[in-house]
Amino acid sequence: MTVTLEVRNLRTHFFTRAGIVKAVDDVSFKVERGQVLGLVGESGSGKSVTGFSIIGLVDPPGRLAGGSILYRGQDLAKISEEEMRSLRGNRIAMIFQDPMMTLNPVLRIDTQMIEAVQAHTNASHSEAWTRSRDALGMVGIPSPEERLRSYPHQFSGGMRQRVAIAIALLHNPDLLIADEPTTALDVTIQAQILAEVQKLATEHGTALIWITHDLSVISGLADRIAVMYAGRIVEAGEASTVLDRPAHPYTHGLIGSVPSRNKKGEKLRQIPGMTPSLLNLGVGCAFRTRCARATAVCEQEPPETLIPPERIVRCFHPMQDVAA
Amino acid sequence: MLTWIVRRLFQAFFVVVAMTVIVFVGVHVIGNPVDILISPEADQAERARIIAEMGLDQPLWKQYFFFVNDVLHGNMGRSFVFNEPALKLIGSRMPATLELAVTAVLFSICFGVPLGLYAGLKPDSVAGRAIMAGSILGFSLPSFWVGLMLIMTFAVHLGVLPSTGRGETAAMFGIQWSFLTWDGLRHMFMPALNLSLFNISLVLRLTRAGVRETLPMDYIKFARAKGLTPRRVILVHVLKNIMIPVVTVVGLELGSTIAFAVVTESVFAWPGMGKLIIDSINVLDRPVIVAYLMMIVLLFITINLVVDIIYTILDPRVRLETKA
Repeated sequence: MTVTLEVRNLRTHFFTRAGIVKAVDDVSFKVERGQVLGLVGESGSGKSVTGFSIIGLVDPPGRLAGGSILYRGQDLAKISEEEMRSLRGNRIAMIFQDPMMTLNPVLRIDTQMIEAVQAHTNASHSEAWTRSRDALGMVGIPSPEERLRSYPHQFSGGMRQRVAIAIALLHNPDLLIADEPTTALDVTIQAQILAEVQKLATEHGTALIWITHDLSVISGLADRIAVMYAGRIVEAGEASTVLDRPAHPYTHGLIGSVPSRNKKGEKLRQIPGMTPSLLNLGVGCAFRTRCARATAVCEQEPPETLIPPERIVRCFHPMQDVAA
Repeated sequence: MLTWIVRRLFQAFFVVVAMTVIVFVGVHVIGNPVDILISPEADQAERARIIAEMGLDQPLWKQYFFFVNDVLHGNMGRSFVFNEPALKLIGSRMPATLELAVTAVLFSICFGVPLGLYAGLKPDSVAGRAIMAGSILGFSLPSFWVGLMLIMTFAVHLGVLPSTGRGETAAMFGIQWSFLTWDGLRHMFMPALNLSLFNISLVLRLTRAGVRETLPMDYIKFARAKGLTPRRVILVHVLKNIMIPVVTVVGLELGSTIAFAVVTESVFAWPGMGKLIIDSINVLDRPVIVAYLMMIVLLFITINLVVDIIYTILDPRVRLETKA
C-alpha cells in the first residue's frame, strides 16, 4: 500500500498573550491510499487543528512549531504558500462541520463550484459548469442544473453538506479531511452522508481522515483509529481492536460514554472531570487527573508503548498486555 | 417585486404630502417675508398690492390649497426675490451640486473601500493603524477648515489647482456640467475631496469592521480550502459580504451630501443649490424653500428605493416582498 500522508511529530502551537497553547503536541500518524483514519477526541483535544495544520490553514496566532507533514514524500510544512494553494482543494480537500456556514451566503452555487474548478485547471466556464453539474449529480442532488442557479439558503443542511462534499471531491483529491461533517445533521442524513463519502472515497482511492467525537459514527467507517487527548495521540491502532479492547483508560472511558451501550434504567456512564486547559500544560500524562488507574508515576511523561502487533498506547498502566 | 415597488411609491406619495404640510406650516411660522421684501418707504396701498400679488393675504389653508393646485399643474411658484419660477431657479443650480456630490461619493468609495480593506486585513500593521488614526481626523476636523487648508496648500502655496468656481463647463442634455472639461475637473477636485473627507472615513471604518467580522467565518476558510487565490477570496467572497452596510451608508450620504453641501459650496464659491437655499432662507423666499425641500424629499425617496433594490442584488436572502 502506498502511504498518502505521513505526519511526524507535528506540533501546532498558538502563541497567545496568556501563553503558548500547545493545541497539537507531538502527533504522528500515517494514512494509506483508500484508507480511512478516524481521529477521535473531545472538543479541544486538537483534532480539528491537526486537520487545519495538514491543509495549511492555521490562522495566527497559531503556527506549525515543529514536525513534518509528508504528502507523497513532500513536506507540506516546508513548501511555499503558492505551492500549498495549488494542492489545497485539488489534491488535499477538506469538509467542515457546519454546512450552514461553509457556503458563502451571497454567492450562487454555480459561482462557488466553477471558481473551485477554475482554481486548479484551465477549464473554460462551460467545461467547469459541466463538471460542477456532474459533481452535484454524483452526491445525489436531484436536478443539478436547476440547483446550480440556487443560493445556499435555498438548500437544507444535508443538501448543503452534499454540495460541500461535491466541491471537495471536484478534483478527485488524494486526501480528504472531514472535520465532523455529520455532527450538525439528522441521524438519517448522517447515515446517507457517511455512506456517500465512503463510496466516493473507495471509488477513487482517496485517503480519508474522519475527525469526530462520535465513536458510533467511526466504528463502521474507519480502518484505523487514533484517539487524541489534550493535543496528543494517546492510543492508535486498527479500528476493531481499539474499539473492542481499548488499552488507554481514556479510550475505555470514551467508549463507555456512548449511551447506546447502556442498559435501560442504568445510570449513564461518564468520564469524571473536564479536559484540561492546554495553556501551560505541565509534564506528565494529561489524563491523570481524571483517571482511576493513575499513580505517582503518571506525573512523568508516559512513553509510547507498542501492543503487538501494531497498536500504540501512551500510558503507564495500559488495560491490555504490552510487548515485553 | 413589482407589488413591492408600487407599495413603496404609494408610501412615498404620502411622505411627500406630509412634507408639504410640515414645510408650509413651518415656513409660515418663521416670519413674514413682506417685512424683508418690501421697501420700508412703500406706502400702505403699495404694500397691500404686493401682498395680494404674492397671495399672502389669504388664510394659510387657502394658500396651501393654491400651492397644491399649482404643483399639480407643474408649477412650484415664483421666487419672490428673483421673480423667476422656483423650479427653474433650483434647476439652474442643481447640476453643479449634483456633480459635486456624486464625485464626492465616488471618492469616498474609491478611497474608503480599499483603505478599509487594507486596515481590516492587516489590523496590526503600522499602515493599518495609521489609516484608522487618520480616519478619526476625517471625522473630527471641521469641513470649512479643511477646505481653507486645501486652498492654502494647493491653490496658494503650490498653485496647482484653482481655488474657486466651476471653471469651464460643457453641455450635455442641455445642461452645463463641469466634469466634461479638464478645467472643470480641476476646479471640482478640491471641493469634492473636501466634501468626501467625512464619508471616506465612514466608509473606511465600515469596510474595516465588515472585513474583521467576515474573515473568521467558515465560508471564508472553506473558500481558502478550495485553493482559491487570496485575491479572489478577498475581492469576491469577503467584499460581496460587506457591501450591504457600505451601500446603505453611501446611499444615505449621497442624499445628505447633496442637501447639505452648503459649507463646501461657500468655501469654494461653488454655485450650487446649497448657497441658493441659505440665501432664500435669509430673505424668506418661501416658494424657493418649499420647492427645494420637496426636491430633497424626492431625492431621498429615490435613493432609498435604489438602495433597497441594490440589496436584493447583493444579498439573495433579502426579498422585497410584503408580508401577508
